[in-house]
Amino acid sequence: MNVDKRPVIFIILATLSILVGTLATTFIPLFVGTTTPSIANVIPYKPLELEGRDIYIREGCNNCHTQTVRPLPFETARYGSYSMLEESAIDRPHLWGSKRTGPDLAHVGRKYPAVWHTMHLKNPRSMYPDSNMPAYPWLADRNLDTRYTEKKMKVLGYPYTAADMKALQGKTEMDALVAYLLRLGKELRQ
Amino acid sequence: MPQENTYDYRAVKGFAISSLFWGVVGLLIGILISLQLVYPQLNFTSWLTYGRLRPIHTNALIYGFTIPAAFSLFFYLVQRLGRAPLAFPGLAQVTLYVFNIAIVLAALSLFAGMNTSKEYSELEWPLDIGVVVLWVMFSINIIGTIMKRREEQMYVSLWFILATVVGVAIVYIGNNLGVPVSWFKSYSIYAGANDANVQWWFGHNAVAFVFTTLPLAVFYYILPKATGAPLYSHRLSIIGFWSLVFAYLWTGAHHLVYTPLPDWIQTVAIAFSLFLIAPSWASVINGYGTMNGQWEQMRSNYLVKFIVMGITFYGLQTLQGPSQAVRAFSALIHYTDWVPGHVHMGTMGWVTMTISAGFYYMLPRIYKTELYSVKLADLHFWLVLVGQLIYSVTMWITGIRQGAMWQAVNPDGSLAYPNFIQTLTPNYPFWNMRAAGGVIFFAGFLVFVYNIAQTIRQAPQRRPS
Ligand code: HEC
Ligand code: HEM
Ligand code: HEM
Repeated sequence: MNVDKRPVIFIILATLSILVGTLATTFIPLFVGTTTPSIANVIPYKPLELEGRDIYIREGCNNCHTQTVRPLPFETARYGSYSMLEESAIDRPHLWGSKRTGPDLAHVGRKYPAVWHTMHLKNPRSMYPDSNMPAYPWLADRNLDTRYTEKKMKVLGYPYTAADMKALQGKTEMDALVAYLLRLGKELRQ
Repeated sequence: MPQENTYDYRAVKGFAISSLFWGVVGLLIGILISLQLVYPQLNFTSWLTYGRLRPIHTNALIYGFTIPAAFSLFFYLVQRLGRAPLAFPGLAQVTLYVFNIAIVLAALSLFAGMNTSKEYSELEWPLDIGVVVLWVMFSINIIGTIMKRREEQMYVSLWFILATVVGVAIVYIGNNLGVPVSWFKSYSIYAGANDANVQWWFGHNAVAFVFTTLPLAVFYYILPKATGAPLYSHRLSIIGFWSLVFAYLWTGAHHLVYTPLPDWIQTVAIAFSLFLIAPSWASVINGYGTMNGQWEQMRSNYLVKFIVMGITFYGLQTLQGPSQAVRAFSALIHYTDWVPGHVHMGTMGWVTMTISAGFYYMLPRIYKTELYSVKLADLHFWLVLVGQLIYSVTMWITGIRQGAMWQAVNPDGSLAYPNFIQTLTPNYPFWNMRAAGGVIFFAGFLVFVYNIAQTIRQAPQRRPS
């Protein structure tokens, strides 16, 4: 049988070839414990932190920052303990990143207070004159859009209280982003 | 055999022009972001910040330049290789209009910051649906025309076209499954490590089906046509094809070396990455074998220059890629500028050169004319070659330098460059050189566009005898 004379059979065979590796390396892992850890120990996102995370995504911070520390000595010396599966277990999407134009942020929440982040985001060059990170001063002028917050929490299945929702009132986009940054590295219950 | 005039080339022409247009846009943004990395004051306002522009650069060149180039060249190839007219020419016209509307909306939505954060899958869900609909319309025409063909045997190019049609559909849909919360926002259905694993299964197979099988389909057609020599080995192309489409899907996790993703998935990916050298080089060997006794044409034939230089960069790319997958080397270059050096040898060298050869061969033929200027084609070749080499070489150097600085420790075990900024600023001179390389490449691309535009404009007066 000459498959190159039979397009339908050819398409079926090509599809099957593509599906073998797909099933083995991406589909099966979805259902095994080693890639899907228990989330019992993970502290869910607060609504404000979640909104901050969405601003991180909107601004594309992940184009310059990774959020995963490799288990290599020079790396843990710089960024602290190496990343564990649990730490990102509830993240949809993940934000591990692929390029470190700036430093890794997996544990940055342990490093600075809120006011440092606000100043840095308003103008990174006030801290490091040679930094190439964009300045985000306008985040402090924009009120947080909370129209979809509750729906987001529900879709992601994160628990929240009325007080959590109330805490969103009067917050700016800067407040939300900083709240998110402060959480990084504190995902797990001690 | 159908007469030449029963072939339908309207969509072929439309997509070629769209491709060149969005190519110019994507390259201009590439130059801007390369400069922003050294001159942050170029982040003029929120929608022009680096974080929003980088995805526009990649999306414009993948979905705005490479994909419509495929629509154009594939609609041509299926007609020529099947000796049958396009199955649904009206549908092809609709595809062209919907495509350009979708790209405009895609650009606007990315400027506005609507993105999923997943690399090369940044578009939000309504546009994802648009992409899928476009792909279905395109596939109907490709498969429909192949079904109606009069040439029983499907030539190698048609295999690669079919692999592209199937492969892009599977990986694009697989990675973009999400739950919408509004028209402009959705969340991935996968979480954490699984999301990363699916993302890079997609990411690497975007490379497989957009940056590999797509240009290979063009390569296998143009090479014998341009040289006038028969393909070196049909058997080699059969083995190469099937092992390539089988092996690529296993390798995604080489993007996740040393992440929390379980080791076995990483190790399988690394092993298959090394194996991939064989099917990749099957095409390179086929290229060089075909050139046997023809090498003189590298000087005299501009089409041969593009196609052979392109496959050479593909050969280098598929040796470099597997070595990057190895843990020891990954530890040094992962997350550094080495990787953009790798990426742009592939995209600026292999992909763009091959598409250029395809357009140079095809467009004069469908406009029934001759190329406006071979001299300009040569100039185009040298500019893009030099521009790309400057880009890749500078990034490899600074990537290794930065990787080494991250690793450097004092005798007492403490970091030699504890402050990240110490490892960042030495990039600046290299990033400036990269921007210069980009400008040279862009100049070459403009020469290309001008040459094509003049060819089309003067077609009515310049019918070949
Ligand atoms: C053009 C690349 C780039 C983009 C985009 C970018 N950053 Fe940065 N970032 C850097 C660089 C370089 C540094 C190191 C120098 C400095 O601190 O300014 C840095 C530092 C940081 C730090 C301090 C890390 C530490 O350990 O000291 C934080 C926090 C940070 N960035 C957050 C963000 C956030 C949030 C965004 C998105 C709103 C963002 N960055 C966008 C390049 C970038
Ligand atoms: C004028 C020429 C070009 C310039 C100046 C340019 C510049 C850039 C820059 C500055 C980046 C970001 C690198 C980083 O993260 O540090 C980038 C990324 C990228 N570019 Fe280009 N580019 C050019 C041409 C192209 C072409 C022709 C293509 C594809 C056909 C392309 C595809 C990509 C892709 C896929 C990435 C993402 C790489 C990654 O994630 O590592 N670029 N480019
Ligand atoms: C045998 C074939 C290949 C293998 C095994 C391979 C391997 C790799 C590896 C390991 C990386 C990740 C580097 C890192 O982040 O540390 C990578 C990145 C990349 N490669 Fe290749 N490569 C191959 C061929 C190609 C080709 C032909 C292209 C065409 C342009 C290409 C384009 C890319 C892109 C765009 C990325 C960047 C992804 C990102 O981080 O955003 N690769 N490749």
